[in-house]
Amino acid sequence: MLIKKRRQRDVLPSEITPESIYRDRRRFLRTSALAAAGTLLAPGWSVAKPMEDLDALGDLPSSPLSTGEEQNTLEQITTYNNFFEFGTDKEDPMRLAPKRLAHRPWTLTVTGEAENTGEFEFDDFMKGLTVEERIYRLRCVEAWSMVIPWAGVPLAEVIRRANPNSRAKYVKFYTKHDPEVFPAQRARGMSFLASIDWPYTEGLRIDEAMNPLTLLATGLYGREMPSQNGAPIRLVVPWKYGFKSIKSVVQIHFQETEPECTWNQLAPSEYGFYANVNPDVDHPRWSQARERRIGELFKQDTLMFNGYGEEVADLYAGMDLRKNF
Amino acid sequence: MPVWTFAKTSSPFPMKGLRVGVFALCALPALLLSLGFFQGTLGANPVERLLNGTGAWGLRFLLVTLAVTPLRWATGLAWVVRLRRQIGLWAFFYATAHFSLFAVFEHGLSLTAIVSDIYQRPFILVGASALLLLLPLALTSTQGWIRRLGRNWKRLHWLIYPAAILGVVHFFWLIKADRWTEPLIYAAILAVLLGWRALRRGRAGR
Repeated sequence: MLIKKRRQRDVLPSEITPESIYRDRRRFLRTSALAAAGTLLAPGWSVAKPMEDLDALGDLPSSPLSTGEEQNTLEQITTYNNFFEFGTDKEDPMRLAPKRLAHRPWTLTVTGEAENTGEFEFDDFMKGLTVEERIYRLRCVEAWSMVIPWAGVPLAEVIRRANPNSRAKYVKFYTKHDPEVFPAQRARGMSFLASIDWPYTEGLRIDEAMNPLTLLATGLYGREMPSQNGAPIRLVVPWKYGFKSIKSVVQIHFQETEPECTWNQLAPSEYGFYANVNPDVDHPRWSQARERRIGELFKQDTLMFNGYGEEVADLYAGMDLRKNF
Repeated sequence: MPVWTFAKTSSPFPMKGLRVGVFALCALPALLLSLGFFQGTLGANPVERLLNGTGAWGLRFLLVTLAVTPLRWATGLAWVVRLRRQIGLWAFFYATAHFSLFAVFEHGLSLTAIVSDIYQRPFILVGASALLLLLPLALTSTQGWIRRLGRNWKRLHWLIYPAAILGVVHFFWLIKADRWTEPLIYAAILAVLLGWRALRRGRAGR
């Protein structure tokens, strides 16, 4: 934990403008600027959301599935991100996302082999769902990891509400496709980003999706989701490599066949459909046996299923995890 | 003075303190990286920054070392050659720092872990080979060794060419996604520096 020493030039709490007032001021400035712009532009405008404007989510129930490990700082979690829609550099998302990714309006579409399909505005989609805190380990396929206090709802509840039919063997997720927002989605030519078939998609087997650990996260550290972490809603699958936890989701699709997933399509020999954290199955180009927890200098051992074996090992009983990596 | 050393290396520097100035300039990246590390300004993954930083500077100084002789050909300034040893040693310093950081922070100095990683990741083998080739060059960079080795000194120091090529390959190989620009620039510079030499040799041979 970082302990901040008070320096001479630090302001006293009494000198700080209350949050509600400066927020109002910002909102007023922004609203008036937008009103001015709105007279010129078509209606239906949306506003990107900088970090300091993220609303608190209120008291969140805690979960027995949370880890007690030391959490990474908000700064670490929001300045070191893989969100290739904004670029391949770890600091591209924090630089671009808060300026470009609007949290509202946000429409989620539920499609495919389910009874209650349709289009939902984000706030309607969340109605009746209880957001809780889930502190999870996140293990990136690049051999670094964090501990993140997510806020979200179990995906299982969303799936139950959608009421999938017996043909729904898999769930596929889509990130928003909007080249106006995501610069990488308009990449052209020889660049790696141009070779990606946007939008980013990911998928889970239905039983993986129904596992109590699987979360649709809408925030972290008790606030709304920062743009660079996949606002306003993203998947979190803590026993799989981070790339499975798709960001800024706009569509949830139930289907019978194994879905096409972005990384799996790009390099099937390197990124499998399952992508379960597994210290015994190395990536073809590097070892997965150890990981660097962000904030630590030295590496630590990676745990099977990222330490969630008790909850998920049964899902893969009888499967060859070397083949189904 | 024996003929095989560089006839014009004793040509005086155009200004005082040049050697010290170059020393300070070459030390600057290491200074800034250390400062950033201890002040905590190297981002969320400082080890990654240190590794990438020291590796890149090792390669850059290696290319600068190789640029010294062509610079003399181009400008006729003989004194630049007198800076070459220092810059070369800086390249070795950064490459060594790079490998040491890798050994300490990636593998906690465990020899078996380092060896298995080299075996698993060919680009590390390539990088380690480059460093290994530079080692005898750094050791024999003193006046005493230049004298002792005679004409073999130059033969030995020819190893800087494969070392530089391996260095660029090492960088190319580890690049993920679309960040080819930097290694491509180094590859292009190296190609020019080697091509220039080959061209002169060809002409001299005719």
